[in-house]
Amino acid sequence: MEFDTIVAISTPIGEGAIGIIRMSGPESFQILDRVFKKIGNGTFEDKQMVYGQIMDEDTIVDEVLAVKMYKPRTYTKEDVVEINCHGGLVPMRSILSLLLDKGARLAEKGEFTKRAFLNGRIDLAQAESVMDLIGSKTKRGYDLAMNQLEGHLSRRVRGMRDGLMTLMGHIEVGIDYPEEDIEDVTYPEIVDQLEDLEKQIDKLLKSANNGKIIREGLKTVIVGKPNVGKSSLMNALLKDSRAIVTDVPGTTRDVIEEYMNVGGIPIKLIDTAGIRSTEDVVEKIGVEKSKSYFNEADLIIFVLNASEPLTDEDLDIMEHVKNKHAIVIINKTDLEIRIDESLINMHLNDKLILKTSMEKEIGIDLVEKAISDILLDHDLEINQNETVSNTRHIHLLKTAHQNVKDALGAANSKMPYDFIEVDIQNAIVNLGQITGESVENDLLDHIFSNFCIGK
Amino acid sequence: MARMYHSGKFDCIVVGAGHAGCEAALASARMGANTLILSINLDSIAMMPCNPSIGGTGKGHLVREIDALGGEMGLNIDKSLVQSKMLNRSKGPAVHSLRAQADKNKYHVEMKKVLENTDNLKVRQAEVVDIDVKDGQVKGVLTSTGAYFEAETVVLATGTYLGSKIFIGDAILNSGPNGLAGSYDLVTQLKTLNIDLRRFKTGTPARVDSRTLNYDKMEVQWGDTDYEPFSFMNDTIEFKELPCWLSYTNPTTHDIIIQNMDKSGLYTGTIEGTGPRYCPSIETKIERFQDKNRHQLFIEPEGYDTNEMYVQGMSTSMAEDVQINFMRTIPGMESCEIMRPAYAIEYDCINPLHLKLSLEFQDIEGLFSAGQFNGSSGYEEAAAQGLIAGINAVLKIRNKPPFILDRSEAYIGVLIDDLVTKGTNEPYRMMTSRAEYRLLLRQDNADLRLTQKGYEIGLVTEVRYQKMLTKMKLIDAEMDRVTTTNLFLDALNPILDQCGTPRVNQSTKISEILKRSEVSYEAIQSIDLTRPDNLPRDVMKQVEVMIKYEGYIKKQLQQVEKYKSLESKKLPDSIDYSQIESLRIEARQKLNEIRPESIGQASRISGVSPADVSVLLVYLEHYRRRATK
Repeated sequence: MEFDTIVAISTPIGEGAIGIIRMSGPESFQILDRVFKKIGNGTFEDKQMVYGQIMDEDTIVDEVLAVKMYKPRTYTKEDVVEINCHGGLVPMRSILSLLLDKGARLAEKGEFTKRAFLNGRIDLAQAESVMDLIGSKTKRGYDLAMNQLEGHLSRRVRGMRDGLMTLMGHIEVGIDYPEEDIEDVTYPEIVDQLEDLEKQIDKLLKSANNGKIIREGLKTVIVGKPNVGKSSLMNALLKDSRAIVTDVPGTTRDVIEEYMNVGGIPIKLIDTAGIRSTEDVVEKIGVEKSKSYFNEADLIIFVLNASEPLTDEDLDIMEHVKNKHAIVIINKTDLEIRIDESLINMHLNDKLILKTSMEKEIGIDLVEKAISDILLDHDLEINQNETVSNTRHIHLLKTAHQNVKDALGAANSKMPYDFIEVDIQNAIVNLGQITGESVENDLLDHIFSNFCIGK
Repeated sequence: MARMYHSGKFDCIVVGAGHAGCEAALASARMGANTLILSINLDSIAMMPCNPSIGGTGKGHLVREIDALGGEMGLNIDKSLVQSKMLNRSKGPAVHSLRAQADKNKYHVEMKKVLENTDNLKVRQAEVVDIDVKDGQVKGVLTSTGAYFEAETVVLATGTYLGSKIFIGDAILNSGPNGLAGSYDLVTQLKTLNIDLRRFKTGTPARVDSRTLNYDKMEVQWGDTDYEPFSFMNDTIEFKELPCWLSYTNPTTHDIIIQNMDKSGLYTGTIEGTGPRYCPSIETKIERFQDKNRHQLFIEPEGYDTNEMYVQGMSTSMAEDVQINFMRTIPGMESCEIMRPAYAIEYDCINPLHLKLSLEFQDIEGLFSAGQFNGSSGYEEAAAQGLIAGINAVLKIRNKPPFILDRSEAYIGVLIDDLVTKGTNEPYRMMTSRAEYRLLLRQDNADLRLTQKGYEIGLVTEVRYQKMLTKMKLIDAEMDRVTTTNLFLDALNPILDQCGTPRVNQSTKISEILKRSEVSYEAIQSIDLTRPDNLPRDVMKQVEVMIKYEGYIKKQLQQVEKYKSLESKKLPDSIDYSQIESLRIEARQKLNEIRPESIGQASRISGVSPADVSVLLVYLEHYRRRATK
């Protein structure tokens, strides 16, 4: 049976020090050779590990061990490659994305198993479970959280797709209704519109490359006076969730940063307690410094001590929290309550206020739920920008980008319209796979609603 | 009910002798099957009740394909045209589309002559009132005069006659097109067969008296001088050209129409059928595009021997007096007289989702259908389906697998796959944008794509087949020559200068030079010394297209390869999708309704997701292994 080459990360992200990326299909060896630079004298015998580097042109992406497994004695009965790399989010996604660029396609859920079955590797009894596995993707839906992020992306992509559709409709109406009283779109107009769309896609792709969410996660800053329980909260959250411990190069240790994982989205927790303890300066400056974090934060967790009355410092922080996405936590509720809740309500009446006791481990689940709810909230603009985080989407965008560039090339060399349109249509198809829309009916709707045609 | 009498037995009976019926009957008879064609009125064989032209964008491709397969439409229009034009010449070769203005009466007469003189074919005037079906198998047809014809297969091609109603203002008439009798008893009988019927609508403009028009106020429209015949069998054709004329509506026209909206059948709510969006009536155009202060009209001759002129762009269901009033506001039509009024027509058709790709009904063996009855619109769309239905009726009798063209092989394949897989909510019209592999499916290479296939099923004659083979050999030889022969530097550069393209610094292969968009075959003729004499124009065209657009053609061929791999995975008819629990519910329902014949077809059904397709692939393998066990 003939298949293309597929690739996927096959170990859970962030769960181990080592991650494995697996590729299967007729081109997997060639694709590996395109990115792998051997170090030392290892050779790719069947199932032999070879040490080397994954290279993106001249840049080292990661140091890895790679294995080539020759068909048919592999899981899928096809040529299989496994790359053992560092387990962090960044190296795994970078390598994956590189392999996609070099010709592999992102595997669908259960696809390795599906191939194993279709190639006769596993027996009939397993077939049903494979189908269920594939089916589950649509039945249960994607991760809710991911969907939310994708909602932002979809809007943006849909905009670009509409732009291409308008252009295509205009070209197409000239082709299918040559005798109607409609002015043909001109080459300069086509070039203009394509250049604009090319820039838009490029910009979106750059945001993907900068990969704020991928690299840094949703920036969540924990603020509050010393000793209110910020570090305890952080530790409790990390203990409860699956922490992603990533050593981000160049990160200042002024603050303590850790990662947690909510529904597949990395959350970067920043405990501003670090400011004070490492720099050992007056409290005032600590607060000043944390203010700069307010501006960059996607979400603020403001912790208060229930056993103390509010201070000027608390009120000062409240002023900054007011206009941000924030959760207020009144901690230490196991102690005698001295805080004036009505004052908090007055200042932060639109914020969610939770009561916890880190000491007695009360309310941590509420905090987690609140974070996840905010994540799912439509209103939360992730740092005001759409970010592409899904590797499949990045790959589709890159392909669409190339399609638009090809169309632009064709338009610049004045190829006939129907040829330019081949690439425009491909771009629309690829963008449509992100938003889940098909070409044909949209195009006709577009033509018939915008142009007056017919006998 | 008339007294019934037995009136003979046929391999294939075709109900209706419009464009679909004619092709179906001819295909069946030419393949050697004993065939009968029935029509309510023999004077309406191959009648063109709307525009007096054949072809156009997408449609011209269909005609060429019908011709390449051994159908009649191309040959018949070549006998009866009054003007010819290759549309989209300024665009790429994939969208060049041939269109010919027809002499309607001649078209009818010539087609009738062909039917009458075809072996194995009987032509009879009769209205079919019942289709006899027993145990899910078609047995014969009954006419209004009591004749019972026994049949192995039946092709329904009832066009716009079935349950038809005509609307002209508030006049609502039970009539078929053009004042002919409609077919009403059959509707009731089809309903008892559980055939799911619905109402579609279309319309036609008025015909006006040529003597009452002032052509000085219109722009003349001539066709091409170097016209191409439609049929690959004709190298040249002779005819006396007639002109068309162009004029425009104006704000006064629009005012009259707006003031009389209440006299339009469309706007008073009496019409329930769904009309085509690409063929709106003039009142719809004016209502929907209010910022447009004029709409163009083409005044086209209906033939040599008539004064009737067709007013293209003026389709309407307005009352007759209103029609006259607004037409008389148009430059050149101030004193025009109507000969036939414009009308809207509503008719019964089926939901094509219940057909197989062979155009046989899923649930009634031996019953096929084609044309407007299947929800399409247009003469060419009808003819294409008729041809395929006729072929498959014969293959059915002979227990042979059906003849199915896929989306990568022909516009015909796109047309039928669209109808049967996606269905349609309006009368379906072919458009080049519907063909995803249109760079390959050009009208200029229809013979190279299809004539072999037509020959294999026994429809294409030996003469046609040899003609195609000769052309293919010439193309191969010429391709070989241009990729191995150099043009010399000294001779070449002056020509490149003339063409406005950069010079070369060494002698260069002809093919390399032809790749440049500025350089044509003609341009290098004077220095192309080894070029064979009398190299046919269509051979040069093929070679030039293959060379110039090589990169794009390769790209499409790769896409086709991917497409074919899913298309070749056949789904057994016996699958009960409701039992496959991994499929989503919507997918199960749709798959059970449409019963796709391959994984590829399943993937195009709306409501079947990529995940469902994966499930089907696994299921299919599962099924296959169980079967071989």
